[in-house]
Amino acid sequence: MTIAFWALAVLLVASAMFVITAKKPVHSVAGLLAHFFFLAITYFMLSAEFLAVIQLIVYSGAILMLFVFVIALLSSGVAPFSVGPDRLPKIAAPATLIVAVLLGFVAYGISREPIVLANEHGVAAGPVGAAGVFGSVADFGHALFTTNLLPFEITAFILMVAVIGVILLAGDHVPYVPTRRRARIVERDMREAIVRAGEE
Amino acid sequence: MNAWLSPQSSLWWAVLIKCGVLLFVVITSFAYAMLFERKIIGWMQLRPGPNRVGPWGLLQPLVDALKLILKEDLTPKTADPLIYRLAPFISLVTAFSVYAVIPFSEPGPGNVWAVGDVNAGILVILAITSIGVYGISLGGWASGSKYPLLGSVRSTAQMISYELAMAMSLIGVLILAGTTSLVGIVNSQAKLWFFIPQFVGFIIYVVTAVAETNRAPFDLVEADAELVGGFNTEYSGLRFGLFFIAEYINMLTVSCIATLLFLGGWNAVGGLTMIPGIGWFLLKVAFFMFVYIWLRATFPRIRYDRLMAFGWKVLLPVATLNLVITAFVVAVRG
Amino acid sequence: MSRKKLYNVGALLTGLAITFKYMFKRKPTIQYPSRKKKHAPRFHGLHELRRYGDGKERCIGCELCSSVCPANAITVIGAENSPGDRRSPGERYAARYEIDELRCIFCGMCEEACPTDAIVLTPRFEMSDYRRGSFIYSKDRLLVPPEAGVGLAPDDRPNGIPSDLGSVAETKSTVDTDEGYDATWRGTILKTQTKGLAG
Ligand code: SF4
Ligand code: SF4
Repeated sequence: MTIAFWALAVLLVASAMFVITAKKPVHSVAGLLAHFFFLAITYFMLSAEFLAVIQLIVYSGAILMLFVFVIALLSSGVAPFSVGPDRLPKIAAPATLIVAVLLGFVAYGISREPIVLANEHGVAAGPVGAAGVFGSVADFGHALFTTNLLPFEITAFILMVAVIGVILLAGDHVPYVPTRRRARIVERDMREAIVRAGEE
Repeated sequence: MNAWLSPQSSLWWAVLIKCGVLLFVVITSFAYAMLFERKIIGWMQLRPGPNRVGPWGLLQPLVDALKLILKEDLTPKTADPLIYRLAPFISLVTAFSVYAVIPFSEPGPGNVWAVGDVNAGILVILAITSIGVYGISLGGWASGSKYPLLGSVRSTAQMISYELAMAMSLIGVLILAGTTSLVGIVNSQAKLWFFIPQFVGFIIYVVTAVAETNRAPFDLVEADAELVGGFNTEYSGLRFGLFFIAEYINMLTVSCIATLLFLGGWNAVGGLTMIPGIGWFLLKVAFFMFVYIWLRATFPRIRYDRLMAFGWKVLLPVATLNLVITAFVVAVRG
Repeated sequence: MSRKKLYNVGALLTGLAITFKYMFKRKPTIQYPSRKKKHAPRFHGLHELRRYGDGKERCIGCELCSSVCPANAITVIGAENSPGDRRSPGERYAARYEIDELRCIFCGMCEEACPTDAIVLTPRFEMSDYRRGSFIYSKDRLLVPPEAGVGLAPDDRPNGIPSDLGSVAETKSTVDTDEGYDATWRGTILKTQTKGLAG
């Protein structure tokens, strides 16, 4: 297990590095895909079965797919993006420093309080995903719809607002009128015009 | 942490053997699924289909494979070599790995008819198949020419629109079964197969499955009439063959899922239990494959905007409605 | 298109029913290499240069066929018959006679133009080959071999194909005497002999 973890860790970091260093956007996407995949395996190893599956379905299956869509539409050529002067080194050094410090804090915190993979039913054991075992679908759903119902619904609401906003911004600006009614309106206008013309 | 591997790790060699056997079976059934399709389509178009190689054309798949292997493997100058070479393997590997969680017959004492019996089986399948489309969209993009690019853009859009409706149609079954384990779902159909209470879901699943696997009449990704060959225009030889294999294996996969979720898996028809569960399972899968081929032989390709409109404006709302009604009924009946 | 038509499920089912029915229908396919379709009596296929009963060539090298050919497919180079070696009954004969079957459109004008009924079109049609050069047929392949008789005039042909053009290369073919016949071209054997020349 330890070997698998370290192998995955190396792969994860390597694929993440590849994502940000790749010259072509599509290579970045491929790297990200690999990264998500390794991440899902890591979740599996941590018994977080549902999270692993959702990671693949939502992030790899839908969100990354949109990236591919956009890239395919925007840069049909395979030439790398022409970027301006390379400012990466200037930002990279302080950024790396900050991230390293933050990670250090996190690692310190973790080492003080060891994480136990457990829930109210006890320590994780048994076949992965069986009800009552940490990270199982049943447990996840239960927790989502009881203890954490409010945050879940609020998140859903916020996403919904965002979606409606997108539709308002990008959508058709002509107000929707059913065809038949539109035809009737046109007909009425014409008739009125004719009547008016007759009166004059 | 060992929870995940320990039940299997003691029998790692058993898993390995299962994998080997499964790989062989899946590849063989791909080969004969292809022959089956060519035969059926031939008959429906008043032709006899392949019948020259071997009796009844039974050696045709072998010869086809040989031909594809011996053909030249071309990489266009404008292609992105890395992604171009990688893409067929993404398609193939994801197509194969789904079979790791599909149970083929009733689990007996101490053994399962599957490589791994995962509790979130159906979710795992959905997760893996959702990666499979990258083979098509990345491969089409990386070919560096316009028709594959159009094919790949289409595949992306099509996948996003139909995967949603597909998942919605499956959730109805999950609500009825109360579990995401494939074995559990099949067992809960012992009395009544889910395609009766979930008829709407079943129909939606069949339609979206055709779209998911990019088969006619939803094969806009390939659309040979308008896009030459779509995403695989530039591919040749073995790499084309890999896409080809992946397509058929995906067909088999969705047929397996439909069998497990809607047609009662290995449950016998009318108490005919002398045929073992695996036999029933294969029969049902074969039936599904036939329906697939039948659809292809009957319907012309649907126009792209109609496809999208159909997915978003008909299938998705109907699937959602079906889901809500199912949830309501289940909640009321307790 | 109205909404009603777009989602007409009944029409879809009708379509499915039709294809399902067709699956069991009799297939009109003729299993070609082993069974062959009967041709029209005056089918225009591969050419043949005929002989007289005494074995002399009919062609007198007049080049009428060559000049009438709309595709410029025929090359004739005539020569005087020498008294010691008379190839044809007339004064001249064709020293070289070549038809490029890839140019030929099988119109039959050469047959019409020939004053001696020497060049005729037979119903043989299987002449595929791997090299373009192989399609230039010269006298070695056009002329009826002496042992094969004189060749048939177009008007004498029976409905179908004369029996002397029958099975040579494909002895195993299952010939249905009623509906099909074996039209395997006799020349497949000759062709292999002349590969070196033609390529
Ligand atoms: S058949 Fe017509 S095209 Fe052919 S050689 Fe005779 S005249 Fe020329
Ligand atoms: S084949 Fe007939 S037309 Fe042609 S050169 Fe000979 S005799 Fe004249």
